[in-house]
Amino acid sequence: MVENRPFLNVLTHLVLILGVAVVVFPVYVAFIASTQAPGTFFRGVTPLLPGPAMVENYAHMLTEGMSTSGAPPLWLMLINSTWMAIIITGGKIAISIISAYAIVYFKFPFRTLAFWIIFVTLMLPVEVRIIPTFAVVSNLGLLNSYVGLTLPLIASATATFLFRQFFLTIPDELMEAARVDGAGPIKFFKDILLPLSRTNIAALSVIMFIYGWVQYLWPLLVTTDSRYYTIVMGIKRMAAYADQQPQWHLVMAAVILAMLPPVLVVIFMQRLFVKGLVETEK
Amino acid sequence: MARIEISGVSKVYPGNVEAIKDLSLSINDGELVVLVGPSGCGKSTLLRMIAGLETITGGTISIGETVVNKLEPAERDIAMVFQNYALYPHMSVRGNLEYGLKNRGTQRAEIDKRVADAARILEIEAFLDRKPRQLSGGQRQRVAMGRAIVRQPKAFLFDEPLSNLDAKLRAHMRVEIRRLQRALGTTSVYVTHDQLEAMTLADKLVVMNGGVIEQVGKPLDVYSDPQSLFVAAFMGSPGMNLIDIESLRAIGADLPGSIPTATGTVGVRPEDIVLEKPAGPHLTIAATLDAVELVGSESLVYANAKGIEKDIILRSSGIHRGNPGDVLALHIPHSALHSFARESGRKVAAA
Amino acid sequence: MQTKRTIFSNKGLPYLLLAPQLAITIVFFIWPAAQAVKSSFEREDPFGLRTSFVWFQNYTRLFTDPNYLNSFGRTLIFAVSVTFLAMAIALLLAAAVNRLIRSSNVYTTLLVWPYAVAPVVAGILWWFMFNPSIGILPYALGQFGITWNHRTSGTDAMILVIIAATWKQISYNFLFFLAGMQSIPNSLTEAAAIDGAGPFKRFWTIVFPLLSPTTFFLMIININYAMFDTFGIIDGTTSGGPNQATNILVYKVYDDGFLGLNIGSSAAQSVILMLIVIALVFVQFRFIERRVQY
Repeated sequence: MVENRPFLNVLTHLVLILGVAVVVFPVYVAFIASTQAPGTFFRGVTPLLPGPAMVENYAHMLTEGMSTSGAPPLWLMLINSTWMAIIITGGKIAISIISAYAIVYFKFPFRTLAFWIIFVTLMLPVEVRIIPTFAVVSNLGLLNSYVGLTLPLIASATATFLFRQFFLTIPDELMEAARVDGAGPIKFFKDILLPLSRTNIAALSVIMFIYGWVQYLWPLLVTTDSRYYTIVMGIKRMAAYADQQPQWHLVMAAVILAMLPPVLVVIFMQRLFVKGLVETEK
Repeated sequence: MARIEISGVSKVYPGNVEAIKDLSLSINDGELVVLVGPSGCGKSTLLRMIAGLETITGGTISIGETVVNKLEPAERDIAMVFQNYALYPHMSVRGNLEYGLKNRGTQRAEIDKRVADAARILEIEAFLDRKPRQLSGGQRQRVAMGRAIVRQPKAFLFDEPLSNLDAKLRAHMRVEIRRLQRALGTTSVYVTHDQLEAMTLADKLVVMNGGVIEQVGKPLDVYSDPQSLFVAAFMGSPGMNLIDIESLRAIGADLPGSIPTATGTVGVRPEDIVLEKPAGPHLTIAATLDAVELVGSESLVYANAKGIEKDIILRSSGIHRGNPGDVLALHIPHSALHSFARESGRKVAAA
Repeated sequence: MQTKRTIFSNKGLPYLLLAPQLAITIVFFIWPAAQAVKSSFEREDPFGLRTSFVWFQNYTRLFTDPNYLNSFGRTLIFAVSVTFLAMAIALLLAAAVNRLIRSSNVYTTLLVWPYAVAPVVAGILWWFMFNPSIGILPYALGQFGITWNHRTSGTDAMILVIIAATWKQISYNFLFFLAGMQSIPNSLTEAAAIDGAGPFKRFWTIVFPLLSPTTFFLMIININYAMFDTFGIIDGTTSGGPNQATNILVYKVYDDGFLGLNIGSSAAQSVILMLIVIALVFVQFRFIERRVQY
């Protein structure tokens, strides 16, 4: 469409640059802070230009951490977070895709009931059932374990619904052709459905990885042993101490490291990320 | 290769919807049977029951010597070509052709040979390593055919395989399917709603309506001697002119004396109506010209006769030069008249 | 409910396929939720030795407790502000990006990544920016004669958590608004342009009304986000303070139950929150059912 409005074009870019600035600024400030030498934060305002201690700060945090806060070195927490995110991602996708398969390609008594039970998970976020869920995990002896960290978060109505939606768009004839070709339910799932779901699985993985990484309340509840701390919950502990002993340069190094993995995933897998996000919430 | 025997088959869907009512049909070895009828007539349901994709509520279907009612589709040794082809989108053409054979544990060498043969016959050798989405509609159709051929099944089942193609390609593929089926000699059941396709393909034509068979026969026999009003109207484009006998009597048309007393409706094919007075016994209706459709090689003339509700359509070869309002004399030879009973709509034979 | 035209006839397999999902759901979702409902009608003695059934006493106490009512009010202010700000800013940015052709991807990338930032991390980022002694923003505000201290001022603390929560949510809303705008057929705006509507008029009379399904959907999602997913933001910054000013419902449940060990009251609060989520999910799905043709 021909539209010759230079003023509007300038305004558009102005709005966007301002928006990007607002979005990026806190992270910029955090990064600058993470490069400062110790002592910078005893007085005066946060500097806006990089300091000299970037390498030392990050190295210190990765290998030793802030021992005063009782948190372990960052490398351990980063590994824990990575494990947690990966297990949750894999688990959610695995159990959701087979649930959706059962619901779409089979008819059996209590099918609708099963669907509603899965649906119910949407209505019960962990935040509203903290104590009894904690009690269950504690009774099962799952505190301070990867199982306890991940298993209760693996149920997923959104992922199940996404796969259900996707399966419903696959032409019926494909399954019929496969049956005529001699494929049973397992073979059809493995040979046809799974390969066709590749893009959806990838898109969902991006979203679920982020979901797993940013978990905060749940690790806070089920881990008391610092060996199982995740980075996102560990940061809170450090920040709480930073106010007493101004070690903001170290805390901000941890903040940057805690953000980096999922943010990089979003940036480098933007197409899958957008697809996953927009489709799971339908 | 095998006979297919359908006896007393019925299909009732939940909610007591009866899709097929006590239907029997024999399909001979090597025969190409076309099931034709309007949508909802049960033709696809019947085909899918033969395939094992729908359960059979009553009666039996046997392929060869085996009653297949309880057998899985894969155990029936049939191959099916779907309307939307149902090619596996993530597999190459070769992968699509091989899949059914692999599932049956066919030897590698045998698979390669069959795929190569099918590809040669269908002229799809050049695309064997492409994915279905890289193919045109016609090429996909060939692959779908190929997937059926490599299996060397007892029977081919075709579910409107050409309706996603454009008219020209459809005509071309029709000829190919006919040629291929003849060459392979495999028993085939072919479902279509297109009566032209049905006429040109069938060894045996089965016209269905409302879950029952209206008529079975050779295509030309069905066309020239329809056994019911439904078949008369359905076959042919346009279908037979059907005129209430009372309105003919009322305008004093010269009906033959031999016309059966049970007759309620008489029918005449558009091509049997002539504008020049024929030699033999005939009746004549005065009508005014309504419209002319020029199709090129022939013309369809729509004429309105006083006392007759519907337009009478006649087909004349060449270009009919006439204008709306022209007065025409429509001559119908007595020999071209078909009589249908008042209540049942079935054909009544001349007394 | 919809299935395929033909289905597999195996009897046991579907149950096997559903078992893991259902087991986890029942053990970690439904059973605890039922426990919460049960304890909301009970009271434990101070030593945790005996529990007695007290009917609705936990609930009646809650609704006469000024702290709880305050928490309701605070949640309302917080949720409404976050929803409105995050949606308005995202709409503006999406409309701007939607005008661009070449540079739209670059801007999108630069705008969407905060989605991947954990709420608690977002909280700490802004907590640091607003730090009264060293933060850059109080310093800047000081130049205008405004003193900022979220440790003592409830208003400042509320503004802080609203900004942090909004900052994180803009990316999400932006993507949905952009997707919504891109799904509006070009022919509609072209027709409006031929009818003489300028860009702003086109936006308000064509694009925005057609976005209303997206807007409504986002409103529900944002309220849900502000009420439940912002736990980390509160815990990472104000911990509900100062003086209960930012003690939103979801934080109070945790604070009273997990830290304060007041099981009955916390359970009753949980049940109330559940009812709110159920209402939100119900509205969301009722509405989507009508919008999307399954």
